[in-house]
Formats: sequence, structure tokens, C-alpha cells
Amino acid sequence: MALPQNQIPTAFEAFVNATSIDEACKALAIGDGTVVAGGTDLWVQKDEAHKTFGPRLINISNIEELARIEIGRDRIRLGARVTMSDILDNGDLGDIAPALCEAANKFASPQIRNAATIGGNVANASPAADAVVPLLCLDAKIELSKWDGKKISTRDVPADAFFSAPGQSVLAVDELITAISFEHPGTNPIARFFKSGPRPALEIAIVSLGFSARLAGGKLTNVRIALGAVGPTPVRARKTEKLLEGQRLTDDLKAAALDTLADEISPIDDVRGSAWYRQHLARTYLQEALHDAAQS
Amino acid sequence: MPHKVDIAFTLNGRPVAAAVPVSASALQVMNRDFDLTSAKLACGEGECGACTILLDGVSRNSCLTPGVDLDGRDVETVEGLWTGNGMDLLQDAFVEAGAVQCGFCTPGMVMQAKFLLAPGKKLTRDHVLRGLEGNVCRCTGYHKIVDAIVAASGETS
Repeated sequence: MALPQNQIPTAFEAFVNATSIDEACKALAIGDGTVVAGGTDLWVQKDEAHKTFGPRLINISNIEELARIEIGRDRIRLGARVTMSDILDNGDLGDIAPALCEAANKFASPQIRNAATIGGNVANASPAADAVVPLLCLDAKIELSKWDGKKISTRDVPADAFFSAPGQSVLAVDELITAISFEHPGTNPIARFFKSGPRPALEIAIVSLGFSARLAGGKLTNVRIALGAVGPTPVRARKTEKLLEGQRLTDDLKAAALDTLADEISPIDDVRGSAWYRQHLARTYLQEALHDAAQS
Repeated sequence: MPHKVDIAFTLNGRPVAAAVPVSASALQVMNRDFDLTSAKLACGEGECGACTILLDGVSRNSCLTPGVDLDGRDVETVEGLWTGNGMDLLQDAFVEAGAVQCGFCTPGMVMQAKFLLAPGKKLTRDHVLRGLEGNVCRCTGYHKIVDAIVAASGETS
């Protein structure tokens, strides 16, 4: 619930309007920082009684370096404060990372897409985070930067090693997500993103599924399957990937893949959907992805 | 007393300054510091769009935008559409189409429409429907709102 309009919450006591990564990381090194960019998650959560945030608010919206999209021959690099609208408006990403663009397209509402950043979607560590699912399929790396006392040092964490629990990740209090990067998937990758909710806009996924692969000589290779909202973090379906890898897509194999997927995910019952329904959606989305892959 | 930060920005075309609490939203800054009440608090969590304003020409939910992040930016609300000579084209279109019932959602609808129209392209009904996905009208007045925005963009479909 939002606070009454006449009441100013007191979550934050200090403010740093950072204009460089250096400045933001030095502020974070003090150890009591909360990073904000678009604010679409934080400004809702900051008033929730069970959440605590560092009282030093560090705004990274004005760090131009973090707003860049770099399309390299080998690697794609998205600055952490690239918004969902930036991803959709980029002329190249539609071909390179269609599933990521589809996730951005199904993300919340136009106003929220204008504010919400890729780094924020990762940092918030929701099990249902829309953009994270295609990032898992892209083997994305999360670049974390910190001030080590003398200079900025960085480490890359694979997206599938980043999340530890709902709302929790390996991000340390003094670290800033500075970029998300992934290998250029080459031309014409098979890549799909599915998301379910009662209406197209402003939904937290009941289930989301990302699928990517290449088809070489009739066989699937580089199979990646990732799901949101079927466990405590966004997850890869590694057993199902392994079953499909290097295989021809026969009807038997498709059926086996759906059963394997059902075995390896562990959705729960909650207000948005039952475990049974989530299993049903996950199977249906994989079936559709495999059907499309066979046609391509 | 909550800690306050001095900010300066352009509000509806004129330079302004304020000292705002770090935890205040842009919506609270509009309402409290500048007596601008067109942007409304309804859901307070980005679902309804009644608080939509333009920040550097881009539509945002002001209830979710940190007030301190207004510093240095160009902010537009419905109050800024009045030119002194009359209403904005969009406002006229809303009146013409009868696109206002209780009026609570209207400023947010108009500002989101302003954002959609900004590139100067003609909008189809589908563009408008998609563009208004983040704005809720509880008088169920969507048809006339869409009519108004399509008309304002010069499209008659």
C-alpha cells in the first residue's frame, strides 16, 4: 500500500547524484548505499515494512556510460541503466536478441518500460523477472564493479550463478551492476520468449519461458531453456536442455522433453497461479517453442 | 525532519528550485512544492498511470520517480499545456470527443498521449491502445479517449 499523500516516508537520509561509475562506487564503498535508476521496483518496496534499505540513496540515472548499448562483432554489452524502451528502440537488438526484445515488449507498461532498467531487473532478483529469462538463454554475464580503495575493480558473474533466493543475489553491498553482456548469437538464432498473465500489460509472469537453439543438419544445438516463476529464482532447465542437445526433434523426443521439464521445475501455489497450472503453462510453452524450432 | 536535497529543474518551461526529502516521489514534489495537482496519486505503484508526467519528453509514473532525480531535468505536466491563448490540440481533441467522465485519469491520459504523439507520426487505434496499456480509466471511457488521441494525430480510422 502506498503511504497517504501527505506523509513523506523516511527510508533515505542521504543522497548522491552520481555522474560517473567512480563516484557511484566510492559512495557504495561506505557500505550503507541503496542504488536507484528507474525506481520502478525500489519506490514501491521502500515503504514495505519487511524491507530494509541502506539510507544513502545513490542515483545512477545520470551516468552516461551506463546508458550505452554496444553491439560488437563478438559481444553485446548493455549498460546497466539501459531501459526496456532503449532495448525496444535499438535497431540491431531485434535481430540479435529477439527473445530479449520480446521480454522488453511484454514488460509492464509504456511508462514503466521508459524507466525500468536491465540492471534493475537483474538487481531486484525477482523469480519472475522478465528480462532475466532471455538473459539466461544468452549465457549473459553480469558485470559488477566496486571501489577497492585505489581503483575500480570488476568481476563478471554468469547470470545463472547470480541469483540465490527471491530478492537475493551474490551482489555485495559495495558492488554496482555496471553492465550485462553476452556473446553475439550469430545470424538467425532460434529464440523465443513466452509470458503468461491475465492481461497483456502490467503482469507479473505466472510463468515465463525462454528458449534458444541453433538448428544444424536437422539437429538442435546450443539448446538453452530458462524459466521464470517456477522456483525461488529464475532457472535454467539443464536436464531438458541436455536431453535435446544434438538431437533430431522427433515426436518421441518432444514428449520426453516435456516430461523432463515437468520433473525438473518446482513451481508453488500462490495468488497468481497454482503449481498445477504453472506446470501446464511450462509444458505448453516448451511444446510451442519446440514446434517452432522444428519449423525453422 | 527528513534530510532534504536542493534540486533545480525546468517545470513547464520555467526554471524552478526546491528542497525535497530524499524519499519523496516526483509526484509529491509536484503536489507539495509546486501546488500542481494534475498528476494524481491513485495506486502508488505504477499500475494506473494517473500520475503520468513527461521527464525530458519521456512519459514516466511520477509516483515511482524519485523526486531528487528531477534535478536538471525538463518536467512537463498538464498544467504546462495551457499556452495563454488556449488549450493544447490534445486537450481540444479530448473535449471534442467527450473523452472525459470523472476526469481523474485524464491528466495522465493526456500526458501519455502527448508522449505517444511526440514523434509526429500518425497513430492508429492499435498504437494508441498499446500506448495506453499503463493508464487505467475506471469510468470505462476508453473508446472516446482512443478516439480523441487518434483524431489529434490526424488519423481518422
